[in-house]
Amino acid sequence: MTGETSALQLVLTGDPGLYAIVGLSLLVSLSAVLCAALIGVPFGALLALTRFPGRAGVIVVLNALMGLPPVVAGLAIYLLLSRSGPLGSLGLLFTPQAMIIAQTLLVTPIIAALTRQTVEDLWAEYRDELAALDVGPIGRVATLVWDARFSLVTALLAGFGRAAAEVGAIIIVGGNIDGFTRTMTTAIALETSKGDLPLAIGLGLVLIAIIILINALAWGARRAGERYAG
Amino acid sequence: MRAPLADLPVVLANATVVAGAVTILDRVSLTFAAGPPTVLIGPNGAGKTTLLRAAMGLTRLTQGEITWGGRADAPPTRRAILFQLPVMLRRSAAANIDYALGMTDVPRTQRIDELLALVGLQGLGRRPARRLSGGEQQRLALARALARDPAILFLDEPTASLDPAATKAIEDIIRAVAARGVKVVMSTHDLGQARRLGGDIVLLHRGRLIEHGPAKDFFDSPRSDETRKFIAAELLV
Amino acid sequence: MLTQFNRRLLIAAAIGGAIAAGAPALAQDKSIVVASTTSTQDSGLFEYLLPLVKAKTGITVKVISQGTGQALDTGRRGDADVVFVHAKSAEEKFLAEGQGVKRYPVMYNDFVLIGPKSDPAGIKGMKDVGKALTAIMDKKADFISRGDKSGTHVAELALWKASGIDIEAAKGPWYKSIGQGMGAALNTAGAGNAYVLSDRGTWIHYKNKDQLAVLVEGDKRMFNQYGVMLVNPEKHPTVKKDLGQAFIDYLISPEGQKAIANYKINGEQLFYPNAEDRGA
Ligand SMILES: Nc1ncnc2c1ncn2[C@@H]1O[C@H](COP(=O)(O)OP(=O)(O)OP(=O)(O)O)[C@@H](O)[C@H]1O
Ligand SMILES: [Mg+2]
Repeated sequence: MTGETSALQLVLTGDPGLYAIVGLSLLVSLSAVLCAALIGVPFGALLALTRFPGRAGVIVVLNALMGLPPVVAGLAIYLLLSRSGPLGSLGLLFTPQAMIIAQTLLVTPIIAALTRQTVEDLWAEYRDELAALDVGPIGRVATLVWDARFSLVTALLAGFGRAAAEVGAIIIVGGNIDGFTRTMTTAIALETSKGDLPLAIGLGLVLIAIIILINALAWGARRAGERYAG
Repeated sequence: MRAPLADLPVVLANATVVAGAVTILDRVSLTFAAGPPTVLIGPNGAGKTTLLRAAMGLTRLTQGEITWGGRADAPPTRRAILFQLPVMLRRSAAANIDYALGMTDVPRTQRIDELLALVGLQGLGRRPARRLSGGEQQRLALARALARDPAILFLDEPTASLDPAATKAIEDIIRAVAARGVKVVMSTHDLGQARRLGGDIVLLHRGRLIEHGPAKDFFDSPRSDETRKFIAAELLV
Repeated sequence: MLTQFNRRLLIAAAIGGAIAAGAPALAQDKSIVVASTTSTQDSGLFEYLLPLVKAKTGITVKVISQGTGQALDTGRRGDADVVFVHAKSAEEKFLAEGQGVKRYPVMYNDFVLIGPKSDPAGIKGMKDVGKALTAIMDKKADFISRGDKSGTHVAELALWKASGIDIEAAKGPWYKSIGQGMGAALNTAGAGNAYVLSDRGTWIHYKNKDQLAVLVEGDKRMFNQYGVMLVNPEKHPTVKKDLGQAFIDYLISPEGQKAIANYKINGEQLFYPNAEDRGA
């Protein structure tokens, strides 16, 4: 990505470098959202259904973690994955996997907190019926998550938005290595630092277009699903 | 018609429910045994819903005791309830019934269609349950309760939001179900319905059991003053 | 219900598998991690040089560009195989700690003093960088400092000192320490009509020049020496010793040195190889 190119030219000419960067961005952010969903949805649902001392504190902390600064998350994962850190032997630092882990850390609180809220509202409605049907704790979580699935899409989209837009965490743990861990956002940061502001803005517009596209797809899927399943 | 009913009789002994400063159920002693339907009547706020929920095992007693077939901690496997305001799972009508079936050992094949037909919802199985009308939802909830193949069925104002034809249909279902040996305990504000369906009638007022007796005696020769007033559609205050 | 759960389990297994499978595959390929400076990255040198390295040695070089101080720290943690930076005193400290094996001089470029074309401090064309800095301070003209412990930042501090100015004591609102990379410092200077010290490579490559221009250059004290070191494998056993050394050997080989000399933008040479100058 050098010379007097514009982002539009890169898109129109099918620049393989650009497509690789877009692909990596989507791979990292979507994987992180998937991992975060697998952790955050059950955790949020359990939190919605259980009562224990200190629960209010857990909810406050969880809600606050939605605003976890990406650099802090990145730094924490960096120290964890560094060769001198506890998980250094895995050799994951400066790899896409490290970026997925860091973004999972960022996105999980968002998905968990929004899931908690959604499931708790639905639980208030379903509680008696499920008790009357003698549904056990695991069945309750499964039923509530399943029946809230269309609302939970919003939680996943919020998580994806956060992942796709952040640069602070992945630039620390990924290293912004050309052709390997460079994503849309780290490329934008780099082009900005090179003073190529038009290219940076162009890449930003491409990123925004992709995020809108994904949201539109999810919205369409949600509408279709709701029409079918109520 | 069916094997010994493990959940019967349901025995309430001095059942008392207190919420804050309010006594919602006040030392109610009652037995629901196999036989024709028991109908709960009483003005708004009398405690009918609370009594049904307690008998279902959903509301904890503050004092007193409930036993199901002699056991104090029987899980609600052989009893079912139709709530005053039924909750529709966010699924299709058929899936709502399937969900209740899934919690039992009943084989599912054809059961769903049978149950839908029983409550007059044949052909509506694939409709999202929340997009049924209020009356249809009420009937679907009844089908869902029946899917549990209960020994005792609690119905909280099952026809409150139904048109006359649908009310008649539900009453027919209740009779059929009762005839198959299922014990029905239901509340209603419709005294005619109580007369038509009730084997025995329970009058509640301000959480207390005022009178309990066979339907004929209850309506023809009430023992208490309050019962007489209530039957005459005077206000109980 | 069960089928839903199974499907979810499958997805979980697939992701776990993908992550697990990815790691060894990456470990096996012939690649090294080089911690280097923002200036080498922003100047475009690596984009030019790395394909040549790959063609010659088969090694994929993954460059992390950071400030010199941070790059050395990355080496200290064992997270890089090679460090390629430009702050000789910091590099020697790194060696003294036993973190590096040996330092090889590779090339130099020079720093230039950049400022607005309007030149409020009137330093344009000065041959003595000390006099220019003194003029900036006297006029309290805005000056952007990297402030990020990078090689350029270290060089800037050394230049103040060499000019007889104690910048810690002399600095005021006109002296803005931004704690960011070279490109960001140039962007800031351009936006605020401020002076800034930059390496020539980044400057030439920089796209957003607008009102900025080179005002002072050529003073010998503004030469900027790059050195390369293998991170000590005895301290950090995961360091890819052979591949890292092969990369270094290429850089200091006649072929590598010639390649560096050939890197030009708009016909202008950015870096001057000097591997044979052992004292550099
Ligand atoms: N959790 C609660 N806390 C306080 N009061 C309650 C609670 N639940 C019910 N009550 C009160 O207890 C009384 C009995 O309620 P219940 O729902 O059993 O009446 P009901 O006989 O079913 O009335 P309706 O005919 O209107 O359905 C009402 O006055 C109600 O407001
Ligand atoms: Mg009621």
